Amino acid sequence: MTHLPFIAASYALGVLVPVGFGIAAFLRMGRARRRLAAIDPRAQRGGLA
Amino acid sequence: MNARSVVGTPQAGRSLHRFANPGQFLRLSGAVLPWLTAGAVALTTLGLVWGLFFAPADWQQGDAVRIMYVHVPAAWLASAGYMALAICSVLSLVWRHPLADLAAVEIGPVGAGFTALCLATGSLWGKPMWGAWWVWDARLTSVLVLFFLYLGHVALVRAFDDPTRGYRAGAILALVGVVNLPIIKFSVDWWNTLHQPASITLTGAPTMALSMLWPLLIAAVGYMLTFAAIVVARTRAAVMERRVRGLLMARAASDGAEAPVVASSGEAAPERAAAERAAFQAAAQESAR
Repeated sequence: MTHLPFIAASYALGVLVPVGFGIAAFLRMGRARRRLAAIDPRAQRGGLA
Repeated sequence: MNARSVVGTPQAGRSLHRFANPGQFLRLSGAVLPWLTAGAVALTTLGLVWGLFFAPADWQQGDAVRIMYVHVPAAWLASAGYMALAICSVLSLVWRHPLADLAAVEIGPVGAGFTALCLATGSLWGKPMWGAWWVWDARLTSVLVLFFLYLGHVALVRAFDDPTRGYRAGAILALVGVVNLPIIKFSVDWWNTLHQPASITLTGAPTMALSMLWPLLIAAVGYMLTFAAIVVARTRAAVMERRVRGLLMARAASDGAEAPVVASSGEAAPERAAAERAAFQAAAQESAR
């Protein structure tokens, strides 16, 4: 495969950027859900959190 | 004759504000998000694997053309994400849609990330093909301006103590920046650029082989679903964080007034008060972290 380092770097970035944003978003969502459930149990019961 | 028969029965779904209710958004997005995430992972993986291992090499560029399967979807998303930001800004400025403000705040960093991905992969494609990491070409420069617009929006919405003022200023910046989108699109037609013209247009047949077009379209749809899933997840988190802040502030205000906690029967409930205080302190410590 020609230009392999450039292709590998592009695909690495193309995977890492969305995966990084995705993991950060889901961790943040889980943290927010736990905080909300800690102070407002109704949110958990109602399926909002 | 009651009031409803005079004004007519309200029709759910006819108004944008049907989705302005954060509780309804949380319920709806909670149902959609797993499917969105599964589709995003499946299609992005399929498109990238197809493009990397099974699509043919270009007769002129060789295997370097495979960078296209990352670069082009990122470029489309950079512009589409900014258009989404501008639409949220209109919803915020004209209809005061409360979720539009939160969505705009969450689109900004993700759009900046995908624009950076577009610029970086373009640079990695340009070096072997043009012999340069960067040229001050009209297309590259206008996308760099888009990246700075995203960064400006991210900074501006966080620059005010009053979030509402930040949302308004960010919305105005986003709408002003929309002028850059047609410049990006038509830069390769208006100016003599090193960047190639569009291979896929709405009005003409694509100028690339179907064996390259299919993986490109699949990767593009996969990246779009990925972008949407990330923004929905971030907006869900933002809605819950805002609710937590509101509850903490309300409880802090009530604690400041030293109001006794009264059970629904009207009697003081010391156990419940202690439990609520413990939960409040736990949430406050969690927020502080």
